[in-house]
Amino acid sequence: MLRFALRRLGVAIAVAFTVSLACFLLLHLSGDLATSIAGPEATAAQIEAVRKQYGLDRPLVTQFADWLWHAVQLDFGRSYYFQDRVIDLIASRLPVTMILGGLALAFALIVAIPLGVIAAIKRDSWIDRLALVIAVLGQAMPSFWFGLTLIIVFSVQLRWLPASGADSWQGFILPVVALGYYATPAIMRLTRTGMLDVLGSDYIRTARAKGLRTGTIMFKHALRNAIIPVIALAAVQLGFMLGGSLVIEAVFSLHGLGYLAWEAIARNDYPVMQAIVLILASIYILLTLGADLLNAAIDPRIRVR
Amino acid sequence: MTDHLLEVRDLHVDIPLGHSTLHAVRGIDFHVDRGELVCLVGESGCGKSLTSLALMGLLPSRARRRAAALRFAGAELTTLPERRMADLRGNRMAMIFQEPMTSLNPAYTIGNQLTEALSRHRKVTAAQARDRAVHLLERVGITAAASRLGQYPHQLSGGLRQRVMIAMALMCGPELIIADEPTTALDVTIQAQILHLLRELQQEFGMAVVLITHDLGVVARVADRVAVMYAGEIVETGPVASLFAAPSHPYTRGLLACIPVPGRTRPGEMLGSIPGIVPSLTGRLEGCAFRNRCGEARDACAGPVPWRQGLAGQAVRCVGAA
Amino acid sequence: MTATLPLSDHLPPRSVFATAMRRVFGHHGLMLGGIILVLVALVAIFAPLLAPHDPYAQNLSRRLIPPIWHAKGTWEHVLGTDKLGRDYLSRLIYGSRLSLIIGLSATVISGLIGTTLGVLAGYFGGRTDAVINYLITTRLAMPVVLVALAVASLVGGSLQVVILVLGFLLWDRFAVVTRSATMQVCHGDYIAAAQAIGCSTTRILLSELLPNILNALIVVATLEMAHAILLEATLSFLGLGVPPPAPSWGLMIAEGKQYMFFSPWVIAIPGVTLLILVLAINLVGDGIRDATAPENRN
Repeated sequence: MLRFALRRLGVAIAVAFTVSLACFLLLHLSGDLATSIAGPEATAAQIEAVRKQYGLDRPLVTQFADWLWHAVQLDFGRSYYFQDRVIDLIASRLPVTMILGGLALAFALIVAIPLGVIAAIKRDSWIDRLALVIAVLGQAMPSFWFGLTLIIVFSVQLRWLPASGADSWQGFILPVVALGYYATPAIMRLTRTGMLDVLGSDYIRTARAKGLRTGTIMFKHALRNAIIPVIALAAVQLGFMLGGSLVIEAVFSLHGLGYLAWEAIARNDYPVMQAIVLILASIYILLTLGADLLNAAIDPRIRVR
Repeated sequence: MTDHLLEVRDLHVDIPLGHSTLHAVRGIDFHVDRGELVCLVGESGCGKSLTSLALMGLLPSRARRRAAALRFAGAELTTLPERRMADLRGNRMAMIFQEPMTSLNPAYTIGNQLTEALSRHRKVTAAQARDRAVHLLERVGITAAASRLGQYPHQLSGGLRQRVMIAMALMCGPELIIADEPTTALDVTIQAQILHLLRELQQEFGMAVVLITHDLGVVARVADRVAVMYAGEIVETGPVASLFAAPSHPYTRGLLACIPVPGRTRPGEMLGSIPGIVPSLTGRLEGCAFRNRCGEARDACAGPVPWRQGLAGQAVRCVGAA
Repeated sequence: MTATLPLSDHLPPRSVFATAMRRVFGHHGLMLGGIILVLVALVAIFAPLLAPHDPYAQNLSRRLIPPIWHAKGTWEHVLGTDKLGRDYLSRLIYGSRLSLIIGLSATVISGLIGTTLGVLAGYFGGRTDAVINYLITTRLAMPVVLVALAVASLVGGSLQVVILVLGFLLWDRFAVVTRSATMQVCHGDYIAAAQAIGCSTTRILLSELLPNILNALIVVATLEMAHAILLEATLSFLGLGVPPPAPSWGLMIAEGKQYMFFSPWVIAIPGVTLLILVLAINLVGDGIRDATAPENRN
């Protein structure tokens, strides 16, 4: 188990490093950073000054090594626009995004798992069809548009909930629903297929042969096995939701990490962009690593490998 | 008549396919007495496994079961609500399956799966259930039984798993055990051990056993009585000794000719085989189902085939059998 | 042996193709999705003939006219006008071109990248496979929206940039599917047979492998096309995709956002259109998967 975890951790660190490198190269090769930072009206001399000031005149390898050396010490430099230390900016914005993502995942799981289970047990019933409609719509709906629609209905028409801001817990309800709905279809479909597979298995027949009650069969014997792949998926979906929360944060004016990223992009605040990409990628990697370890803990067969 | 432990009359199992219906079991009758080991024997696809599932009420959801009578220990199973049926299952009637590798839940320990069978039907403490599990694991020949309780199915070999399945079936001390090809998936040496164990336990606990198998060698070793199935019907039944000594149905004779007999089958000698294929089970089937493969078929075989009683409790459904 | 039982009726044999076709036409989702998709494609192709107005023509005296089902609607502008007085229906019609072009082009690019990587990984295995697997993991760890936005912002938003960025970001699923399919096929007997009669590696890959994984690729392509269209709308909504005054549906929603409290239809109309197009693509993908791989049906 320990060796399994250590090996996976090694791969995770390598991936985080590669993602940083990829983003670094993407940003540097997409255009001249100094020109972007200096702005459209800057003279050639001003651009050169900016290049010097931010160290952009050094070779790429040096720049990356320098950035990485500081990044592993959680020093991402200073924001070009806000002038604060990037790490402080991130620390102040991260909680909002984490709360949003965590609640959105909880919402998705609470909706998707029971629906998936019922859809599998009552196959081809109306509830199975309803679940399918929810899944199909969820996959086809742009999340920003769904967010705007929620605002129109619940904030403007019904006046039940605030349209923006994280000042009160009510402000989180609509963004959580908008973001969580994005992950619902995949989790629901996987729960349903998993349950269908498991319900047809020999050990469920054994459980029935023991005369166990339906509830015990469904929740103890079936769901436990069907849920194993769902855990990994949920972790991946949480990673995607944190990455995609930018859109929802922009729609609901929630000042989280995504909103910060949007501001940074609009202002060519390159150290902030780079840091956020690294942080989000690392969170994603940690989540998938955590899911693998959790899977190993739940499924005794994986532990041996 | 009513003192049989299990009495089956005119049992049918139908499986609806798209446009037609597969009549997998076509009106079979048999009974099992207390403390008796009855073998249902036949080729694969003859309906013997579905029969066993039909008795336990474990048929796949699309299969349909109907019977004139399906009496177990005085209770009529055809009209019993599912809830009451579940009270019987694993309690007074238990089942052992063919696939020990997949029949145990991979996510739970052996101990957990053994004890839940007992605590579902009896008011017992966790310690009592555990003691019973250890005792039965030891009885089915598993060493270091107490430490096995914490193990997961994937840590055990196929033979060990089947022993666990047997112990699980014994947890509540059932009156009837239905074993569906319990040794087919195992190595030959393990097969003999498991079979021997089953026979031993059956005699020790005085249980009735219905053993489903395709292997007449198995039947010869353990059975009290035999019912031979072909194409969803029982074609011959009787005590094992007399049936093996004087098989009346051509199909039974064909099956017997297929087993090598130590000492009698010489090296290089051809074993018997039955030519032809089993008829499709979708439509109605009239007359003897075996007649297209039978060397002794005659015109009368296409008509109704009555049961004929033989000596010593033997019975056969064949026009030609005298 | 000769005397078969006359009373047993056998199921008529049904070919694999016929079974698949029955599933296709028995499957309403695929039909519905297909019809919608064909209609959208026709609208995009014949946009100049169908659009009642110039999608770029502004008329500030006719701003924010509501659509026809509204009390103040007029037949002149069936779906109303936007904040600059441009005809909404015409913009919607021309917008279908953008969505389809971006969806198709990005999918083709990502499909080429992904299948190439997948075939290489699956065919050569070993170290090649490990490297490509690592690339896939890395790609999955990159936040797509963020990276796409950052690059589009640095290079400057345009149709080509959006297509390229999405094409270079969405290849992962193609690679995963192709990789496992290639592995399966390469272990199949017919590859060995083809090698035995002296076919070259390339020829084997082209003639044996691609037809075998085509179905899976089509399904992934529909998924990625839907994904690309949604991402384009998202980028344009955030102001870093296709630049104004292009009639991108995402941009229309962004431009309508400030008026949505009083005129909800300005975001409802492009949003629902987008939803219907993506829904149709997903339905087609699901339908093809069901029709070609019944065991994967869920």
